[in-house]
Formats: sequence, C-alpha cells, structure tokens
Amino acid sequence: MSDLNFDYALLIPEFILVGTAILIIMADLFRKELGLGRLVLPAIAALGTIAAGAASLAYIDDVDDFANVIAIDNYTTFFRVLFTVVLLVVVVSGYEYVERNIRHTGEFYALLLLSTVGAIYMAGARELLTAYISIELLSFSLYVAVSLAKTNPRSAEAGLKYVLLGGVASAMLLYGMSLIYGTAGSTQYSEIAAAFSGGTSEYGFALLLGLVLLIAGLGFKASAVPFHMWTPDAYEGAPLPITAYLSATSKAATFALLLRIFAGPLLPVIDQWQWMMATIAVMTMVGGNLIALQQTNIKRLLAYSSIGQVGYMLMAITTISDASASALLVHVAGYLITNLAVFSAVIAFHNRTGKEELDDFAGLAETNPYLAMVLTAGMFSLAGMPLLAGFVTKFILFQAAASGGYLWLATVAVIASTISLYYYLQVIRRMYLLEPARGESGRWRLSPAGYIATGTLTAGVFLVGIYAGPLFTVADRAARVLALS
Amino acid sequence: MTPDDGYVLLALFLVPLLSGVVLMLIPSRERSVIAAFTAVSSLAMFGLSTYVFVAYDYTSAEQFQGVRAWDWIENAGLLGEHGIQLKVGVDGIAAAMVLLTGIVIMAGTWVSWKIEHRSKDFFILLYVLVAGVYGTFVMLDTFVWFFFYELALLPMYLLIGVWGSTRKEYGAMKLMMMLVAGSILIFTAIFGMVSATGAGTFDMEVMFRLAPDIDRNTQLLLFPMVAVGCGTLAGLFPFHPWSPDGHAAAPTAVSMLHAGVLMKLGAFGVIRLGFQMLPEGAEFWAPGLIVLGITGALYGAISALRQDDLKLMTGFSSVSHMGYVFVGLGTMNVIGMSGAVLQMFAHGVMTALFFLLIGGMYDQAHNRDISNFSGMAKLMPVWAVFFVIASLASFGLPGLSGFVAEVHIFIGIFRAYPVIGGLAVLTAAITATYLLRMFATAFFGDVNPRWTGLSDITRAERAAATVLAASIVLLGVWPSWWVDRISTTIATIPGVTL
Repeated sequence: MSDLNFDYALLIPEFILVGTAILIIMADLFRKELGLGRLVLPAIAALGTIAAGAASLAYIDDVDDFANVIAIDNYTTFFRVLFTVVLLVVVVSGYEYVERNIRHTGEFYALLLLSTVGAIYMAGARELLTAYISIELLSFSLYVAVSLAKTNPRSAEAGLKYVLLGGVASAMLLYGMSLIYGTAGSTQYSEIAAAFSGGTSEYGFALLLGLVLLIAGLGFKASAVPFHMWTPDAYEGAPLPITAYLSATSKAATFALLLRIFAGPLLPVIDQWQWMMATIAVMTMVGGNLIALQQTNIKRLLAYSSIGQVGYMLMAITTISDASASALLVHVAGYLITNLAVFSAVIAFHNRTGKEELDDFAGLAETNPYLAMVLTAGMFSLAGMPLLAGFVTKFILFQAAASGGYLWLATVAVIASTISLYYYLQVIRRMYLLEPARGESGRWRLSPAGYIATGTLTAGVFLVGIYAGPLFTVADRAARVLALS
Repeated sequence: MTPDDGYVLLALFLVPLLSGVVLMLIPSRERSVIAAFTAVSSLAMFGLSTYVFVAYDYTSAEQFQGVRAWDWIENAGLLGEHGIQLKVGVDGIAAAMVLLTGIVIMAGTWVSWKIEHRSKDFFILLYVLVAGVYGTFVMLDTFVWFFFYELALLPMYLLIGVWGSTRKEYGAMKLMMMLVAGSILIFTAIFGMVSATGAGTFDMEVMFRLAPDIDRNTQLLLFPMVAVGCGTLAGLFPFHPWSPDGHAAAPTAVSMLHAGVLMKLGAFGVIRLGFQMLPEGAEFWAPGLIVLGITGALYGAISALRQDDLKLMTGFSSVSHMGYVFVGLGTMNVIGMSGAVLQMFAHGVMTALFFLLIGGMYDQAHNRDISNFSGMAKLMPVWAVFFVIASLASFGLPGLSGFVAEVHIFIGIFRAYPVIGGLAVLTAAITATYLLRMFATAFFGDVNPRWTGLSDITRAERAAATVLAASIVLLGVWPSWWVDRISTTIATIPGVTL
C-alpha cells in the first residue's frame, strides 16, 4: 500500500472542530483565573463551528480520499456542511438552557464538537473499521452528554440505559462487520463490492448473519423499530439541546453511513438484505407513529415522531437507486431543519416555563403567538403539509420509492404519515384551542438568541417548502458520488 | 387567452398568498386597515377571476389556454428532463371554477369583517386556503396540483377550531383527518400514474397524452383511488360524514368557502386525474359513481328532512347536491357531464348564500334550530328574501342556477340510465319538501317574541348576498356563457359520447 494519501489538508474542518474542543476545555479549566464571562464558551464553540463549516466549502467537487479510509467528495461535503449547521443551531438556541441546567458547560460543548467529528467521518468513511470508530466517537460523546443535566435525575438513568443498550448494539455491529470482512476478505468498501459482485453463493449463512447483525446494530443507532427502545427514554432524560442533537445529527449521520454502505459494498447482495430493510421500514414508520399517538410529553412525542421519520428514510434505503439516494439526502436536510425549528422553539419554551408536558402548551397562541406559529409550522412540516419543507421532501422521497417499484411501501408510508398528522394536531390544538393555565396568561417574549434561532429555521422551513430547487441540486450532486445507476 | 395571460393565472394564487404576508405585517389592532386591505385584495381576486372566465376563448382549438411554465425544482436527476415546473393554464371547467372562487371569496371576505376575535389571523388563514384553491384550479403539473390541493386543507383545522361554533373541536378534527385520509389515495394514485406513464414527469399535458394508454387493469385500479380520494373532499357518499359536522362547526366564511368551493376541488380532481387521464377506468367505474352519487343525493336529502339545526340541514343538502355532480359525471355524455360542472358552480354560489344568511342570523341569535324560530320573514325581511332565492335555486326553479344544472344532469342521466333519472327527480322533490318545511316553520306564522330584538342583515352582508344572488340569477337566465365554455372542454375528454 504505497499509494496511501496522507494529505492532512483534507481534514482541516475536523482539525478545526477538535482544536475548538480542546480550546474550550482549556478555557473552561481556567475560567475563573481568566475572568471569562458566561458567553465565552458558546461563542468559541460557535466561531469554531462556523470556521469548520466554511472550510468544508473548499472541498466542493473534490474527489479525493485520506489514506484510503475517508473519502472527501461531495457526499462528505454535503454532510460536513449539514452537521456544522446543526451544531451551530444547537449551540445558539441552547446556550441559555445549558447555562441553567448543565453542570459542566465546557465538557458539554467539547463533547458536541467531538461527536460532530464522528458524525462527519461516518459520512466520509470508506472502510468498515473507520466507520465503526466514527460511530463510537459519536456515540461515546453522546452517552456522556445525555447524562449531563444537573437538575434532572432521569438524565443519569437515560445515560445509563443509552450506554448499556448502545454497547450491545456496538457488539452486534462489530460482529456483523467481522463476518462481512470474513466473507469479502477486506474492510475496504470498494474491495467488498468487488468481492461480492463476483457471486456470493459460497458465503452462504455467514454473509446473511453478517447482514442481519449489521442492520440490527445500525438500526439501533438509527432507532429503527424494534431496536428503538432506548430512544424515548434517552430523549426524555437528556438535556433539551442534546435531545435536539440526538434527533438531528445522530440520525442523519447513521443514514449517511447506511446509504454509503448499502449503496456501495452491499449493493451486489441487495437480494439478501432488501426484504429485511423493507420489513424494518414498515415496522418503524407504522410503529413509531402509532406509539406517538399516546404520548403526553413533548420530548417523548418528538422521539416517536423521529422514529416514524426514520421509517420513511429506511424506505429510501430499501428502494436504493440514484433517485432515492438524492431524495433521501433532500429529506434528511429538510427533516433536520424542521426538527431543529421545533426543538429550538421547545427549548425557548422550556427556558421560560421549565415545563415540557404537552398540556403545558395550552394557550401558547395567547401568551406567545410567535412561538405558537413556529411550532405550528414545524408540526405541519413534520406531518408533510405544503408550503413547508415536509411536503416537498416527503413527496419526492415517496415518489422515489414508488418509481423504484415499491408502490406498496410508499402507500404504507403515506398512511403512516397521515396517522402522524393526528398527534401533531394535538400539539396545535392545545396551543390554539385551549386557554392558558390560570395565572399564566401574560404575554412574554423570547431572548434574542431564541428569536434568531427559531426565526432563521422557520424561514428555512418555508424556503425549502416553497423553493426547494437549490437543495435538490446540491443533494443531487452529493448523491451522484455514490455512482448508482 | 394568450400565453401572457399565464401571468394572470399566476397572480390568481399569488395575490392571496402575498396578501397573507402583508396582513402579517399589519398590527392586529388596526382593524380598519385590515378591513380596507382585505377589501382591495378580495376585489382584486374577483376581478382577476372574472377576467380569466371572460377571456377564456371556447372557440379556440386550444383546450388549455394561458399556458405558461416556470422552472420550480430544476432537473435534479430523479425528476426527468424538466424537473418540476410551475405550469399554469386553464380549460373551460377550470375557468368556471376560478370564477366561482372569485365570487365566493369576495363575499366571504365581506361577511368576515365583523369577526372580532383575532381577525387578522383569520384572514391570513382564509387567504392561504384560497391560494390553495386557486392553485389547484390553474395548475398543470401533478405535483404542484397536489401541493395546492393539500394547501387548501392545511388551514381548515385552525379556521374551524378557533373561530367555529358547536362541537368545533370534534368537527375540525373529523374534517381534517378524513380529508387527509382521502389524500392517501390521491398520493398513491399520482405515484401510480406517473410510474405507469413512464415519462418520468409530473407535467399534466404530457400525462393527458400518455395516461390514457396505461394498460386497462392499471386504470381500473387507479380510477377508484382518484374517485374515492378526491371524492372524499367532494362529499361522495359514503365518504361524506365530515361534511355536515365540519360545515356546522365552521365559521360563516369558512362554511361558504368550504361548501361553496372546496368540495368542488374534490369533484374537479375526479375530472382532472380521473376522467381526463384514465378514460378506460372511468368508463368501467362510471356506473359505480352513479350509484354512489344517487345514493348520496337521496341520503343527503332524506337526512336533511330530519335536521333541526339549519347548518346541519344545509350540510346534508350539500351532500345531496354533490351527489348530483357524481351522477352527472357518471353519465359519460357531454350533456350530463356539463351538467355536473354547472351543478358545481350552481351549488357553489347557492350554498355560499345559504351559509352567509345562516351566519348572519346566528351571530345575533346564537341559535339556529328551525323549531325555535317563527315569523322570521317579518323580523328580517331582506334576509328572508335572499333565503327564498337560495332555496328556490336549490330545488331547481327555472330561471335560477339550479335549474340549468339539474336539467342538464337529468337529460344526461335519462339518456344513460332512465331508472336512475327517476330517482334523481325524486330527490329534487324531497329537496323541495325540506326547504318548504323550513319555510313553514321558521319564516311564516306568528312572530316569536323571543326574537323581536333581531335586526336584519348588515350592509356588508347585503352586498355579499347580492353578488351571490346575482350570480344565481345570471347563470339561470344566461347559461350559455357557462355552457359554451364547459361543454367544449367536456367534449375533449376521451370516451365521452355526445
């Protein structure tokens, strides 16, 4: 392997993120001595994130790789930008919450930055072990971050549950990867693809078992039914910004990895995994949306709602084609924007009231019509209503599945999506149709950061919903790297 | 119409959308500014709609006129050569529906000025709804068509839930969930059609050309999906239960728009995606459509006989009248199908007038049970006159809109299925019965002293009622303006006989 390419310049965005994380930990250590104000840490995190995002733009249309293990192409660039944007949003909309509810703010920001590096490498990995290490980098950061809330005893419980189940999932994933390595003789995606495309009959059961374990392990990370059990508890116990981050970056990174693996090395053996993926997709979208109907806590509701969304995304993996790959990227981006808009509104609400039950949202349209509007736009977008991001991205995603010969699967998705409207409407009903609780009918305003975060994201939800052209073009260019036909 | 008239069609849905945006910027306490602004914008919508209707040239060989396309989501790999375009254009049916929308939204805006609770938000949502309606009528791209179709449903929940009356939460939720459930079938049918044509485009003009060649079995599968999916919104029996509850719960202007225009959106969808694209499926299922239509017509009329709540009565009457539409469509001949579209228009203006008047009274009396009233003709004479006009149109008095529409449908159905024609006439008789029963109870007789405090309808309501009543009369005495435009378009539908 003399042709390894150790061009460290390819990894500059991640160096910036890691450097920022180290800088934050140092600054946190000497906070008192240096007399740093409370805004310094989030400001450093935000600046570092912006710098990393801006640096990623330099790699547009690059086709390169680092030491054969990390691909630097439009696909990676797409997710680099996406994940840095998510990180920036979480930092900006969450810093007040973090100030009040998190014991170790320095660690909080550092962990977020590090997990974003993991997420980016999940998208960029072109080799199984690198993929595995990236997953663990993301996961370990989040195991700790979930349990950082100082006031909430559920936070520690959530962290424990997450780490235990996550460990089991990692074990399955690793075992699955080793079986695939055993059959294909390489951990390189391209070499696995070459090995499998020559016929797989002699691998027999080992390959099938490997695929099952791989799908189970990644299904856990993506919180697909029936591997979703940790999700609602982790979402509920985690500090709100982490919940937002879990539902955004953690999900999207898993799909970035899934898409790269199943559209690349595992494409030749599609006959062996397609039915599994289809089964899980149906269970996930139906199960997630049905269980969501009974939730009374906004975090748990959004947890099950995100499980439902995962089902739609798994459908795109099932029906893999160039159309569904770029549709998946569009949907992931639209979903992230929408979900973050909802979460930043929930964070702003929590900053003011300290509450997160659905009934606490009663009469929000009276006390804060702006926030009620943001949440309504977000809920309708998640339900896939027009003018908002959800309609366009879902329609194209479902259309891609239908034109890939999976009309029945698309139909199930449409039905699941209709069920979801019912519980989204339950939130809207409380805000607009019910009266505020006694003694809480005064108007209130958000903090400036709250307005910036919710305003920008809501504008994004409308922008994607009304004029999605540019997003489609970008996603198309990113998906083309996968060279599906 | 010239291709440049495409800009007018674009303006049709941009005016309400942008009006909604402007309204957001006006402070809610400036009620007079809001009223003035909505007056201007409703006039603009009415003007543009009238222009579209008048300018549509039925003598031209071009079926779709004012066709213009803008790139919206550009070629993105999966979307075929042109991606998704914002493509506008109208045929004779759409032109008539655009006019209907213009009339009803203008009247609906005028009667909504007396809303005091969060009136600004009401108008914003109302205009979003209207933008959806206009978009559905003028769009010639299946994706964008469905976009606007759903957009018209989006604001309904809040409009009914916040500003409605009697069991509004129940009515709003039932309406929303049933209509979105109907959309499942439309969604699936669109996917199926786009895949089956194999052209990889949502462009309707291409689909009109290719879809009729879809193999027969697929058409037989897709047509009922379209018919039931869109039919749910059109109040097709037995998918109608949202309609009486939803209409009874909705605020006046929303009932007007919903019964007057939105239900037509459903019937329009059945024509556009069903009859115009899937002729073999349509031919096979047309008798089924007639059976459901006539059942709905009879069922609605008989149910209306038993209602005490005026709005519920009108709601069931809508189900009954929309049943005629499906009977007319199912005849598959030019006269019957033209009658269906005429009925869509006629029922639209008539039912809008009904809901306007019921609202005008309910706002004062906070009661609308027929049995509670008597002698209303003496208390509210102007109100009563308009009510009589609407009722006469409803049971098809010659010289009013309902007659023109029903005669077309009756002739069409007697040509195709005489027995069903007999049932249709029977329905008209039942319609007369429930309306006359209501007159006898509520309008005449001694004045109930409980209601002596009621005053007649306001000036804005009178103006709005006049516009609607004038449309009823105009269609009644000068039907050729409508018939020419509609029947030339109907004649182009594949498989339709003379």
